[in-house]
Amino acid sequence: MATKKEADLRFKKFGTVSFTAITKTNDFVGYLEQGKVMGTKCKGCGLTFFPPRADCYKCLTSDVEWFEVTGKGKLVTYSKLEYGPVGFEADLPYAIALADYGTYKVFGRLSKNIPENEIKVGMEVKTVVNKLPNGQVNYVFEKA
Amino acid sequence: MGKVGIIGVGQSAFVRGFPGSIRELAFEGFKECMKDAQVSVKDIDATVVCSAPEYDKQRSPAGVFAEYLGLTPQPTFYVETLCSSSTTGLKLAYSMIKSGLHDVVMVIGFQKMSEISSAESQERMGRGADIQWESPFGTMMPAYYAMHARAHMATYGTTPEDLALIRVKASTYGQINEKAVYRKAVSADMFTDPQNPMSGPVASPLRVGDCCANADGSSCIIVASEEKAKALSKKPVWILGIGAASAPVNMAGRDLFSGLSAGELAGKQAYKMAGVTPKNINVAEVHDCFTIAEMMAYENLGFAKPGEGRELIRSKATYKEGSIPVNVDGGLLSKGHPIGATGGSQVRTIVLQLRGEAGNMQVKDPQIGLVHNIGGVGLYGNVLIFGR
Repeated sequence: MATKKEADLRFKKFGTVSFTAITKTNDFVGYLEQGKVMGTKCKGCGLTFFPPRADCYKCLTSDVEWFEVTGKGKLVTYSKLEYGPVGFEADLPYAIALADYGTYKVFGRLSKNIPENEIKVGMEVKTVVNKLPNGQVNYVFEKA
Repeated sequence: MGKVGIIGVGQSAFVRGFPGSIRELAFEGFKECMKDAQVSVKDIDATVVCSAPEYDKQRSPAGVFAEYLGLTPQPTFYVETLCSSSTTGLKLAYSMIKSGLHDVVMVIGFQKMSEISSAESQERMGRGADIQWESPFGTMMPAYYAMHARAHMATYGTTPEDLALIRVKASTYGQINEKAVYRKAVSADMFTDPQNPMSGPVASPLRVGDCCANADGSSCIIVASEEKAKALSKKPVWILGIGAASAPVNMAGRDLFSGLSAGELAGKQAYKMAGVTPKNINVAEVHDCFTIAEMMAYENLGFAKPGEGRELIRSKATYKEGSIPVNVDGGLLSKGHPIGATGGSQVRTIVLQLRGEAGNMQVKDPQIGLVHNIGGVGLYGNVLIFGR
């Protein structure tokens, strides 16, 4: 008798509230749980993707490999929210931000460890995995 | 192939909590437009219905409106590009006429945002961005635009005081626009008074006063071929140029943060098609969902060089008597922003201006007008240029 294959719903664990259950990039969450923030790179043309993609629109293939987001990025911009959408109330206040790594950029949250008066556009940051109190996992920017 | 003209414009009042259903809301804009155009429903060959989905229980509103407004059995369909839905509808109407398929097309825009709570509405609006990779961080429209404001300030030295001046201008005209949802005066000192609601933080550096209000509303535009426009209307306003572009949905895919590239590119296309430059524009409606959005529009549309938008508002050049009047109907900041109705309302304002029928908001004898309508956080950009 054939058993029903269990669906891979790991992406439900990404962020405070995930709006996506099934994606071909579910391994992203697997890597987060190992403490790694990963993007993808097309094996054919070398195009790098962050956020990671499973498919390359240039080569029309799904032959991509994972690479780790390491080193320092520069804070492009940020905003501290005093109100949040439904489901994010417990996180408030928090800041969303963008970091530039040169060949790719990363959208995420600023770590609450950075004192507010030290946050400056252009400052160096690193991207680190962050476990949330509700058992979910995301990543944040820490001062590099 | 001849020109395409606008022969009728209308909108409902933009209000909090329209006391009726969406078909009844659509009727309000339709009624004003039909009275303006003085045509019958038999003259309308097809309709395009525009809104952002997920606010309504009703699926496929186009067919429901066609029935309620007496527009059956003519063809109708639905289109969306978030906050720029109704100018996308207008672009489609233009194409349908230019192709020779139809002679007269109606574009109806609407949104009844009060169908759901404000928090639910913020969550839905946020889902107009990247839900897979960004929404899990707790994003909202004000925060995305705030990131652009922060970038503009860091790059050019623009200040929160400059942004407040844009809201002050909006309120100058919102007070005299009977269709506007926010009709009170706003002064710059409200932004520095911690007791005043305008100064309340939303998403730094944006404050309550930097944000437009949700509203319920509808708009309606009738577009016609040159031959039909001349036969049906005494004063058609011609579409001279149309531009449209898109940008990556995820902020990580973009290069420009002190402006919106889709709006800039759409503007360049529209100027080229119309054969005009920014200096030729006598009156403009730009997408000021937030104060920073108007500042970026000044620069993206070439009314000011990048980083010099603040000089326009400081010198009041964008007031009614200035060199380039912008949003002299109160803009989204005062009128309110019923997503799918917004672009049609902007078009209505420019058509009334070019006809000399804008009442106490009338700019002196404008020849050429411009509409700039953005969907999402610069995800979609539409720019249209109109002439008499």
